[in-house]
Order: sequence, then structure tokens, then C-alpha cells
Amino acid sequence: MTRTPLFANRSVLIVLLVLALFTVFVTLASQATGFGWISTSFVKTLGKTLCLCLIAIAMDVVWGYCGILSLGHFAFFGIGGYAVGMWLMYARTEQIVAGSLAGQALPATPEEISAAIGTQIFGVVGSSEFPPIWAFAHSLPLQLLAVVIVPGLLALVFGWLAFRSRVTGVYLSILTQAMTLALALYLFQNDSGLRGNNGLSGLQNIPGLDAWGQDWISIVFFWASALALGLGYLLFSWVVSGKMGSVIRAIRDDEARVRFLGYHVESYKLFVFTITAMVAAVAGALYYPQAGIINPAEIAPIASIYLAVWVAIGGRGRLYGAAIGAVFVSLASSWFTGGGAPDIDLGFYKLVWTDWWLVLLGLSFVAVTLFFPQGIGGLFDFVAVKRQGDFGPDDGSWRSEEGEAK
Amino acid sequence: MTTLLEVSGVSVTFDGFRAINNLSISIGEPELRAVIGPNGAGKTTFMDIITGKTKPDSGHVLWGEKSLNLLGMSESRIAREGIGRKFQKPTVFEAQTVRENLAMALRNDRGPFDVLFYKRSQRDSTRILELAEEIGLLDQLARKAGELSHGQKQWLEIGMLLAQDPRLLLVDEPAAGMTPAEREQTTDLLKRAAETRAVVVVEHDMEFVRRLNCKVTVLHEGSVLAEGSLDHVTKNPEVIEVYLGR
Ligand SMILES: Nc1ncnc2c1ncn2[C@@H]1O[C@H](COP(=O)(O)OP(=O)(O)OP(=O)(O)O)[C@@H](O)[C@H]1O
Ligand SMILES: [Mg+2]
Repeated sequence: MTRTPLFANRSVLIVLLVLALFTVFVTLASQATGFGWISTSFVKTLGKTLCLCLIAIAMDVVWGYCGILSLGHFAFFGIGGYAVGMWLMYARTEQIVAGSLAGQALPATPEEISAAIGTQIFGVVGSSEFPPIWAFAHSLPLQLLAVVIVPGLLALVFGWLAFRSRVTGVYLSILTQAMTLALALYLFQNDSGLRGNNGLSGLQNIPGLDAWGQDWISIVFFWASALALGLGYLLFSWVVSGKMGSVIRAIRDDEARVRFLGYHVESYKLFVFTITAMVAAVAGALYYPQAGIINPAEIAPIASIYLAVWVAIGGRGRLYGAAIGAVFVSLASSWFTGGGAPDIDLGFYKLVWTDWWLVLLGLSFVAVTLFFPQGIGGLFDFVAVKRQGDFGPDDGSWRSEEGEAK
Repeated sequence: MTTLLEVSGVSVTFDGFRAINNLSISIGEPELRAVIGPNGAGKTTFMDIITGKTKPDSGHVLWGEKSLNLLGMSESRIAREGIGRKFQKPTVFEAQTVRENLAMALRNDRGPFDVLFYKRSQRDSTRILELAEEIGLLDQLARKAGELSHGQKQWLEIGMLLAQDPRLLLVDEPAAGMTPAEREQTTDLLKRAAETRAVVVVEHDMEFVRRLNCKVTVLHEGSVLAEGSLDHVTKNPEVIEVYLGR
């Protein structure tokens, strides 16, 4: 009883410990800081996977705990990526342009430099003008602010409209999906100002850090991703523990009843929706510099559906379950689609995993939903029950809290 | 005794069916009031209207000294004004413990940030223990509400109602699923609560109503058929015809 509810939950400590050990291990194994056991590109894959874990736990809070099946959180992830990508692209292009203009007899005017950057960036979409949304692209702090503020505002406005009119369940899911689709379609246009389907590229080159090399940049981003995941895990563990967690889960189970207790349910949903959107955007801002490129296809509704699949397979309503689901499914996905899995020759038909992986994933999703709704995370319950000891036949249905009290 | 709640001329139609028909009832503070009537008389709908769940087609529902109009308010705002409700079918949060259920109902600030930064105080812990004692669930505090028996869930919901510390308690069929001894405890508890607040109890069980020993309102087809002491209304020939006679 003296422990705060957050740390009463042993799983938080375990997760942070595992994350720390993993980070130390990758650091020791990387090219830049360790013995070089793993390649730089694999460090990036691991770093990206941590970002996916971060958005997965955000999804778990909004869906698993609060019951809002959002099919739009990858839109926020993408916006985070675009926001940081704009600065990366601008600053890098500025460096290149400044370098090439430096050889001129007359020093280039700021207008000339700006025009040259514009031509470099927007040439692919037949333009050289900077669209208004690039107004702050020269400033890293402002773009970093945009990473959280733009998705936060979008989530706030969208959520306010949707929750206020009491849209729930499948209708709300469709609405969030429509939002994602609209955003993706908008970005696909060449005159959206974000280079249409070319997206933003070259994001792995961090301006000002040219001397570092990708091996160093990859491990630094890995650390940043691990830190963000750790902090995100703490934040969400705090949100879903204690009284807030109690109210949020109550809203999931019976929101009408929560209203009659005097809680303004819509405000709670809005809070959860917005804070998870902002964290998803932070995850995106860390992900895309490691991926090197972002384009509107990343925001397509399928990405958000994948997110729901990860969380379902990993286990809804427990944060570590969502993280496990993200790791497991995304790594399995790259193994199967990357040609890692050996094809199976059935004699009459050759099972090629690059084609059949989605079918396998779909079947696993259905199987988990039907037969094992606790997901992979549910396996930990067996371990946990053993550790608490057996409280005898009559007390078998009792909870750990009671067991300790004896 | 001053008037706390004034329902006047309220009508509700569901798909052309008039469930509440020009209903007028006023409740004082403190007061204990029993509402009886045959199935479908509109007793639950009456509570739905007061708590904001159902919007009436016409009429007024006025509340408190300032005669606030409840009809324009959201459910949560009405609850914060001091109206608590126990549902006909016990509705507690089954996946949460008895303690969590009570803690959620405790009278505290209800905003998201108040709740996020809420620290359990000694006062609240003591209050939860008191309530648990009162509803006989002291040794069940750490159990999931879903594991309780039907009667215990009823008790828990009554406990949550008391935890809110409302000025008006609306209690829909509290005794359903309770043993005779539990029923007796429930009447005692409601009578005690009504010493300081307004309590409206819907109940079919005549023994239960008799023990409450209070003013009775008989509803029939959405309006008041008779009102007065239990002996008075049970002598009313119309009441005998539509309710007691069957
Ligand atoms: N949401 C609704 N939609 C349509 N009809 C409704 C609705 N709610 C109630 N009714 C109808 O209104 C009438 C009054 O219902 P209400 O539940 O208030 O009765 P009651 O007096 O509480 O009955 P009981 O003693 O069975 O609980 C019933 O005929 C019911 O079918
Ligand atoms: Mg009823």
C-alpha cells in the first residue's frame, strides 16, 4: 500500500529492465560503439522496431484500455515523420546548395539560395516555390514543436467533433479511417506542397552531422528510440494506473454508466485520443530518419489496420503485450516478405511466403481473436500465477492482492 | 422540508407510444418517497428523464434552490449537480475491484486532469472502508465486482450511490435478488439516507414499501394515479383495479 500504483505494477520495472539490457546489448554489438556483430542497417531496423513498439502501446491505451478502435493513429505517426522530415530535407539541401554556390565569383543572395533550395526540393513535382507549410522548415526547434502540436491539434479537433456527437464503435473506426484516407490522398497530390507521392527522402542524412557516418547516426537514433519508448511506457503506465486507469477502463466497459457517476466521458476520450496521437507522432519523428524516406503510402489506412493487428496479437489491455505484438509481427513480417522464410514446395503448388504472408497474418489474427483473446501477452499470466503461489482450492479464484494480504 | 425536485407536465413518446403522459411529481429535501406501479407504468423512464438519459417531448424538470432546468444538461452534469442513480439491473464495473468501483464513485473532482493527478487521501480510504462496512462488503474489497453474487452487486451499487454523496438518490428496484434479511437491511439503509437527503425508491415488493413507511406515488400509464400514505393509496379502487387486484 505504500508503493505508488505505478510501481506496484511489477511489469513496468521488468519492461524497463529488459529495454535497458537490450539497449546495452545492441550498443555492444553495433559497428560504431561495440564489436560490430550486427550491421548498421540492422541497428536501424531495431531502432525502427522500438518506434513501432511506442506507437503500439499508444494504440493499446486508446483501444485496449479506452475502447476506441482508432484506425487513424498511423496518420499521426506519419505527420510526425513529415514534420521532422521537412527540416531534414530543407537543412540538408541548404548545405548542398550553399556548397555549390560558394564557388561563384559573387556571393549568392539569400533569395538566390532560397530559390535554388526550392528548385532542388520541388523540382520533382515541377515547382520551385516554397509552399506556405514550409514556412518553418528552416528551424529545427519549430519543426520539432510541430511534431507534437500538429497531430495534437488534429486529434483534438477531430476527437472533439466525433466524441461530442457520441459516435462510437464501428462508426468511429470508420470515421478515423476516413480521416487517414483523406490525409493520405491529400498528400498524394503533387500540389499538396509535400512532394506528392515522392514524399521526403534522404532523411537518414542528418545536417551538421556529416562527420559522423551512418554507423554512429544509427546507434544514436537507436538510443533515442529506446529512450522515447521507455519514457512513453512510463507515461502510459501512469495514465492507465490508479484512478485515471479505472475511469478509462470503465468508459471502455460501460460509458453510459460512467456518465451517471458524473464523469464527462467525452473529455476523457479526447484526452486519451490526443495524448496517444502526440506520442504516435513522436514515434514517427524518430522512425523516419532511420527509414530514410517517407511518402504518403505510409499513411494509407492499411498501416493503421496493421497497428490494430499488432495490438490484438500481442494482447490488448496490457502495454507490454502491445509492444510484444509490434516486435513479433513486424519482425516476422520483414522475415517473410524479405525472402527470409524458405518457400514450401507442396508438389502441386509452391508456397511463396512473399505472397502468402498476408494470408498467414490474417489467419493468425482471426485465430487469436477467436481462440486466444489475451494474445501473446496472455502467456505471461501463467508465469505470474505461478509466482504468486497457490491460495488453495477455495481461494483459487482470488486475486493476487488478496494473496499478499494474508 | 423544501422542494428539491419539481417535475411538471412531462410527456415522453417512444415511436408513437406515450410512455410518460403529463407527469407531475415533486420531491422534497429531505424526503423518502416510494414509487410503485405495474410493469411498463413508466417508473424507470421517469428516472431516465431526471438523469438526462431520455429527453422528454414537453414539460419541465426543475432542481434545487435556484430552480435549475435539468432538461438542458448532460448526464454527467446532472450527476455532478447531486443526483445519483441505482439501476434496475445492477450495473457495476465487473472487471474492476469493489474498491475501484467505490473509489470511482467517491465524491471528488471529476475532470480528467483532477483524476489524472488524483492522490488517494487518508480521508478517501477511510470513507471507502466505512462504505464497504455499511454495505457488508468489507471483506470483498479486493475482489472483482463481476465475481460478486447478484445481491452483493446490488449492494455495491447502493454503496457507489452513497459514495457520490448525492442530494437526491434514485433507486430502481433495490431489493430484487436479495434475501429477506438483506431486504430488511436495505430498507434501514434507505431510511437512514433519507434523514438528510431526498430518496426515491421504485419497488414492486409491497412488504418492502410498507417497511419504508413513507409517502407513496402510484404510476399508471405514465402519469400519477394516486399519492399518499400506503394505506391511503391501497384503498383507492383505481389502484386496486390496475395494480393490486391482479
Ligand atoms: N427506449 C425505449 N424505447 C421504446 N420504448 C421504451 C423505451 N424505454 C421504455 N419504453 C417503454 O415505455 C414503457 C415504460 O417503461 P418503463 O421501463 O419506464 O416501465 P417500468 O415502470 O419501469 O416497468 P418495470 O416495472 O417493468 O420496470 C414500457 O412500455 C416500455 O416498453
Ligand atoms: Mg423499470
